[in-house]
Amino acid sequence: MPAFSEVEVGTEIPARDFQLKRDNLVRYAGASGDFNIIHWNERVAKSVGLPNVIAHGMLTMATAGRVVTDWAGDPGRVVSYGVRFSRPVVVEDDDQGATLTVSGVVEEKHDDGTVVVGLTAVVGENKVLMGAKAVVRLS
Amino acid sequence: MPLNRDYIGRKAPVGEPVEITRGDIRRFAAAIGDDNPLYTDRAAAQAAGYADVVAPPTFLISASTGGGGGGFILEPELGLNFAMVVHGEEAFAFDRPVVAGDVLTLEQRIDDITAKGSNELMTLVTEVTDQAGAHVATITNTIVSRGTA
Repeated sequence: MPAFSEVEVGTEIPARDFQLKRDNLVRYAGASGDFNIIHWNERVAKSVGLPNVIAHGMLTMATAGRVVTDWAGDPGRVVSYGVRFSRPVVVEDDDQGATLTVSGVVEEKHDDGTVVVGLTAVVGENKVLMGAKAVVRLS
Repeated sequence: MPLNRDYIGRKAPVGEPVEITRGDIRRFAAAIGDDNPLYTDRAAAQAAGYADVVAPPTFLISASTGGGGGGFILEPELGLNFAMVVHGEEAFAFDRPVVAGDVLTLEQRIDDITAKGSNELMTLVTEVTDQAGAHVATITNTIVSRGTA
């Protein structure tokens, strides 16, 4: 875990790439209990105006959150975590799926030992999360 | 068809209290591809000061809206068609991390339903308390119901 005293506003968490493929969506559906048909049925997804099957927003959020919990080391240190979903992550039926790129930066540092980490999550050029922030309690 | 505004302010528990198991946490961590040992290794979690393995920050979705929840948002009278729903916002605020062995009570309320262009936004707040009655977390969820305004 990074020491609170050594973390500065502006401290960066390097970007990482995550593949989200159809099988990841199936696995997430099972573990989360979210079986919304738009996350696994291309025919229905397209019939309701989506480009294709889309990833669960919560899978995108969970994946982006790994950048924070890996940085903190202890996921129990996350005091709060919130995001806005700005565009769907479209997952084609191929071996690549979608590549989610996530990076972070410390935006605030508070006297109570917490820091606010802002996250950037993009697929290609497109931001898929907006205002993604986690508050983490460091030691 | 617009969502039923009579549901604004509606508040109800989501089913029976739910026991969080190590298996639930392990499965969820595997599904998000996260191999942090605090999710699966009880000794590691206890060494870090927890009673048992820790749940990932977004894990509680599996006990609330993610799992369909069995709550009143599934009632046909609300008029929510899940094929037309996309996620708008989600936020978790924790008093403490969720750990295996917790028996959690979830109470949901619809804070608001508003039209935004052709879409509707519904804000659902879930309060999570443990078996001792202590507040554990608040989950705020905004969903977008496309084209129903």
